[in-house]
Amino acid sequence: MQVIESSKVYDVAIVGSGAGGGMATKILSEAGFDVAVMEAGPFFDPADDKYRTQLRWPWESPRRGASSDRRSFGDFDAAYGGWNIAGEPYTTEPGTKFAWFRSRMLGGRTNHWGRISLRFGPLDFKRKSVDGLGDNWPIGYDDVKPYYDKVDKLIGVFGSKENIHNEPDGFFLPPPKPRLHELHYINAARKAGIPVIPSRLSILTKKINNQRGSCFYCGQCNRACSAYADFSSGTCLIFPAQKNGGKVQIFTDSMVREVTTDKEGKATGVNYINKADRKEYHLKAKIVVMAASACSSARILLNSKSPVHQDGLGNSSGLVGKYLHDSTGASRSVFIPKLMDRKIYNEDGVGGMHVYTPWWLNDKKLDFPRGYHIEVWGGMGMPSYGFGFNPNSLNEVVGGEIGGYGEVLRHDIRKYYGAVLGISGRGESVPQRDNFCEIDNNVVDEFGIPVLKFNYKWTQHEVRQAKHMQDTFEQVLEATGGILLGDKPGADRDYGLTAPGEIIHEVGTTRMGDDKQESVTNKFNQLHDCENVFVMDAGPFVSQADKNPTWTILALAWRASDYLIEQVKQRKI
Amino acid sequence: MDRRDSLKSLLIGSVAGGLLVTGCAPDTTVEAPEQPQLPGYGRNENEKLHDQKVLADTYLNEHELATIAVLCDIILPANADFGSASDAGVVDFIDFIVKDMPNQQLPMRGGIAWLDAHSNKLHNLEFKKLTEEQQKAICDTIAFPGKTAPDLIHGEKFFTRMRNLTLTGYYTSEMGVKDLGYKGNSPGVWDGVPEEILKEQGLAYEPEWLAKCVDQTKRMDIATWDDNGNLLT
Repeated sequence: MQVIESSKVYDVAIVGSGAGGGMATKILSEAGFDVAVMEAGPFFDPADDKYRTQLRWPWESPRRGASSDRRSFGDFDAAYGGWNIAGEPYTTEPGTKFAWFRSRMLGGRTNHWGRISLRFGPLDFKRKSVDGLGDNWPIGYDDVKPYYDKVDKLIGVFGSKENIHNEPDGFFLPPPKPRLHELHYINAARKAGIPVIPSRLSILTKKINNQRGSCFYCGQCNRACSAYADFSSGTCLIFPAQKNGGKVQIFTDSMVREVTTDKEGKATGVNYINKADRKEYHLKAKIVVMAASACSSARILLNSKSPVHQDGLGNSSGLVGKYLHDSTGASRSVFIPKLMDRKIYNEDGVGGMHVYTPWWLNDKKLDFPRGYHIEVWGGMGMPSYGFGFNPNSLNEVVGGEIGGYGEVLRHDIRKYYGAVLGISGRGESVPQRDNFCEIDNNVVDEFGIPVLKFNYKWTQHEVRQAKHMQDTFEQVLEATGGILLGDKPGADRDYGLTAPGEIIHEVGTTRMGDDKQESVTNKFNQLHDCENVFVMDAGPFVSQADKNPTWTILALAWRASDYLIEQVKQRKI
Repeated sequence: MDRRDSLKSLLIGSVAGGLLVTGCAPDTTVEAPEQPQLPGYGRNENEKLHDQKVLADTYLNEHELATIAVLCDIILPANADFGSASDAGVVDFIDFIVKDMPNQQLPMRGGIAWLDAHSNKLHNLEFKKLTEEQQKAICDTIAFPGKTAPDLIHGEKFFTRMRNLTLTGYYTSEMGVKDLGYKGNSPGVWDGVPEEILKEQGLAYEPEWLAKCVDQTKRMDIATWDDNGNLLT
């Protein structure tokens, strides 16, 4: 099959339209570059009724919002795909685990994410200096701070000034007031001696410009906002870039196979498969920005083999795909009798928690390195598939029949509606060279592209951290005066530690550094081996703090784009 | 309302004139057969195809659906204010979900067959033909996990599945959401827990915390900050 050549040469081909790709699209197009955005999924705009799931009722879905292989987080969640995508498998080394969440649509996972927008702090860039494990980033908080500031103002994030050293303050919109279950959490956490502060989410509690609305409190940020009142890459970066007159061409349903290079090893563009006709095309570009997600970008680079780049593009160090790491996670919940038979009012709030606990033990000597933050959930949410399952299992602690039938079930449902509070830890793992993704030599996807094989095991660091989480959860939840649900997971279950990949914060596959032998990109996200290729997703992360990665992806993509523009001006690339 | 009719009412009808499908050669236009479609709920093309396939498919037969309808209304009967589970469309929901989730198929079909076999053994009649009293007497033996006789344990598993699907189908229907009293899913402004509820719970907002929170009268004012990140508007 012949590759179909494009006649046009773009200034930049951006592979992926999520946080990093969206930011690159905005900054580079506004600098006058002619940009092609390559997206493996279809177009998506939550303001268009055709795509909208926000404010829909459960009965509008014949499966009442249940999850499926087509949308892992349910019918109304704004992520096409998820843990499994038909025709696009991945494999795992026997005896290891990894769950890979992919969202195939314009904007990628930014359409449905939790909007938790935390800056990495000074310690987060230099963890090796603190605990001697892993590596420091080649940059520090001061290098990224100006970009965090710019991201705050451009996109909007609510929060509060708290003056906590490793939780830097920003340019915040004011946070919403806590909901009832969150007030119970605040009291309990304080009794347990744990701090609580307003959460920091990229949701507009005030307008920041006339193009985007302000939050109307439906609690459905995971469905993507038709008023553009939360951050997603399409609504806040790519569409504005187009409206500002930027030269932005979006290629949807375009699955990039490889970055093409010339005989000197310089990138010349990308080869992609158009899913509509299944034919392969070559898109020419002077510069390539990889932003397909840490693992997808690693896959494409490893599949981009040439006489100059025999082990894959950017892989002379052998580190593409290595140091893959995800956040740790564990949860527990409590039933609060005081919240039985609640008076019902609209408490949807914003999509996500209004309060949270940042990591509070940086100065303590513990039996594990690094920390975690605590997220809070609960409330009288909208029913969807699964609501009403085991309607009266709490009768076990309150008294009354379990199971049964008839009118009594209506009373049980009402009695327990909104009476459970849950908390989840999200922590920092220690990156390991031996945790990696590589090309599986036995399997290709439906487009003939070799797929990724994962090889990932937690170490004792993460297991001990999960144990600490469970001890903390028990202490805090007991302080609510409620009754803890489920058994406390013990050593036999790794203390409830989630499997690698499940928190969907996978990073580190093309880590940055000053030493070409020990890193894939330089400190401006540029491949050491190929000056006109940049990686602007979470691949270049040296270590993933206990914070969610998106705000740092955005700040680093902006910083890298500024550097790219400067390099072009100086005719260095 | 007949089940097939109510299913039809869910559909917005077929696409007028059928879909035009253009083949490779420009002159081979074929008309696709009419297909049932759901009203839009934000589906992508893959999902639309999947839904159409499921809708066109059949799994449960009339006898099975009639038995499900009986069970639905034993599990959640009408009361003075609201209809029964089947009034809320739960039978259609179960018909769909069993087609949509293949792992539900065998347990549902087998469970109904178990129930009929058990009913035949006791009364020489299939379950749906029993009197309500006889039906409830059987339910009493399989509806209470932990109290079931060992030889009826398969019935208990089936009844638990039926109860779960019936309740989830009901509380995700328009009637069920109204019955529950859920008040959200509509544009509004969250400005804190109502005062009376705070009092009832023995809780209060701290002034220091409230001072950080959004003043909802200014939510439409465009945010500006000083150089230190202090909000000016």
